Amino acid sequence: MSEETESSVFDILIKIDDNTWEVPMGYKPGMRVPGRIFVSEHLLGILEKETIDQVANVAMLPGIQKYSMAMPDAHLGYGFSIGGVAAFDRENGIISPGGVGFDINCGVRLIRTNLQENDVRPKLSQLLDDLFEAIPTGVGSKSRLRVSDAELDDIFVNGVQWAVDKGYGVKEDLDHCESGGKIPGADPSKVSAKARKRGRPQLGTLGSGNHFLEIQYVDEIYDEELASAFGFHEGQVTFMIHCGSRGAGHQICTDHLQVLTQASKKYNISLPDKQLACAPAQSPEAQDYFKAMLCAANYAWVNRHVIMHWTREVFEKTFAEEFGDLGMHLVYDVAHNIAKLEEHTVDGKKTEVYVHRKGATRAFSPGHPDLPEDYRATGQPVIIPGSMGTASYVLCGTKESMDISFGSACHGAGRVMSRKSAKRELHGEQVREELNLKGIQVRASQPSLIAEEAPEVYKSSSEVVDVVHELGIATKVAKLLPMGVIKG
Amino acid sequence: MEKRFEYLEHTADAKFRAYGESLEEAFENAAYAMFNVMIDTSTVSTETSYEIELTSEDIEGLLFNWLSEILFVFEVENLVFAKFAVDRLEQDNDSFRLVARALGEEIDLSRHRFGTEVKAATYNGMRIERTPEGWMIQATVDT
Repeated sequence: MSEETESSVFDILIKIDDNTWEVPMGYKPGMRVPGRIFVSEHLLGILEKETIDQVANVAMLPGIQKYSMAMPDAHLGYGFSIGGVAAFDRENGIISPGGVGFDINCGVRLIRTNLQENDVRPKLSQLLDDLFEAIPTGVGSKSRLRVSDAELDDIFVNGVQWAVDKGYGVKEDLDHCESGGKIPGADPSKVSAKARKRGRPQLGTLGSGNHFLEIQYVDEIYDEELASAFGFHEGQVTFMIHCGSRGAGHQICTDHLQVLTQASKKYNISLPDKQLACAPAQSPEAQDYFKAMLCAANYAWVNRHVIMHWTREVFEKTFAEEFGDLGMHLVYDVAHNIAKLEEHTVDGKKTEVYVHRKGATRAFSPGHPDLPEDYRATGQPVIIPGSMGTASYVLCGTKESMDISFGSACHGAGRVMSRKSAKRELHGEQVREELNLKGIQVRASQPSLIAEEAPEVYKSSSEVVDVVHELGIATKVAKLLPMGVIKG
Repeated sequence: MEKRFEYLEHTADAKFRAYGESLEEAFENAAYAMFNVMIDTSTVSTETSYEIELTSEDIEGLLFNWLSEILFVFEVENLVFAKFAVDRLEQDNDSFRLVARALGEEIDLSRHRFGTEVKAATYNGMRIERTPEGWMIQATVDT
């Protein structure tokens, strides 16, 4: 990035504290609230000016509350920036698909085991081969699970409950999933025939891009008490699943974006960017999108759940023990592309808002009624995946997150290099070799994908997580290092 | 046209410009540019033709629908494409209409070299402009 761009970013923003930078109301005409960007000075130096413009654009939307926010992993998106958080008044606000993204309920789930790193290393290669075989990955991959139209309705409405009823996973998994793996209010009649057609053959597929399944181990514990409440100890093996709602979600966003583009005109909402298409929250157009979006959200939880089930089966085969005996408990599952109706305190008053998190994780505080009993005292586990070959982190939600960021934290590392430059500058086989030397094995359908997703193309996840921790919107609990990765 | 399309820098997604002497040709090249993100189109034959007919209230919407529709067909029909032919692109009253064919074949994982999965077309930074040489389309697809 040139000196010129760097200085202009610093010229626009007002420093509030070491990790909080304000986009003033005067930056762009029409801003209804200021912007707040949560980054360190160093991370701000690598932020694109266009990302700040996107934060300012979101601040222009009707009914926005407090601030248009961006998390430390923020980077350029479409409409909203990636890492964007914004809450809109239930009555006077809007709902926008641009604040969720195309991959509705893209998210991560983390499963712990009672295996130690040394138990898994000797069997890692076989384990990865078997997982790569068991879990469909890559462009155009289809699932071995085929669901009927009626079952798809059931999945859209009942989410993970459907899967558990079908014998995938166990009842305790439900409690350890954000929203219990099922948000009420989903309406399959708002989902097009096209979205259904894309969704049916893809349930239980990982997809491509930055999605992955990773075998990891606990490398470091930062908070003994919280770590023990989450069931972690040093050297313990975990696995993480990162994927979303696949073609079903992409199509639902595409379909409703068209409707909401027209609706923005109908309701005279002036849009600084066409990708911010939206409608008044209680309008039929916005509610139709919201009800269809919830279908995709529930679908995505089932998708990760089914992949978890197959992973448990592979572990059972490899270690010749039942998954329960292997201690393979779901720690938690978080969405990082979603809009939800939540209660928050604004200007000292409890109020219902549509919180849009696009590349941001919910990070609810201790005592929050939406948390399961065993996490009520600690706060919500916040799972932050690293990029391929780098550390992932588990954090815990705090009271501060409720005050500062509508109960939200970052979602990952955030790209700094485009896929195009990555493919030009890096070679898949070389990246694979370098990872191998670090003790990380990779299985991928395409070598070019390994280059596109190489550690170098992302910001350092540790730096992003440190900002979140210092701000106090989530507390560091444990660091996980990868041993093996499966990519589309 | 000497250059059919070119990719631009975008941190997270794929952004491109497609060119054409006519608007039809620019639409064809935009689809071609998007497909080249997903697959090495030189590995794809064009034995199968799939017909597409679309309408939209504006030209940007038509481009968004066109790119979205090809992604949909790719996913549900198991077809990959290497050539696009826009036979008609017309405006009547308040509506734009497109009649086109996508030429390709069934996915063959042993032969086709896939690249980055495209999740969706977007309106982000979309431009459809007349140039001295004809038309330029700028689009970003979500990857």
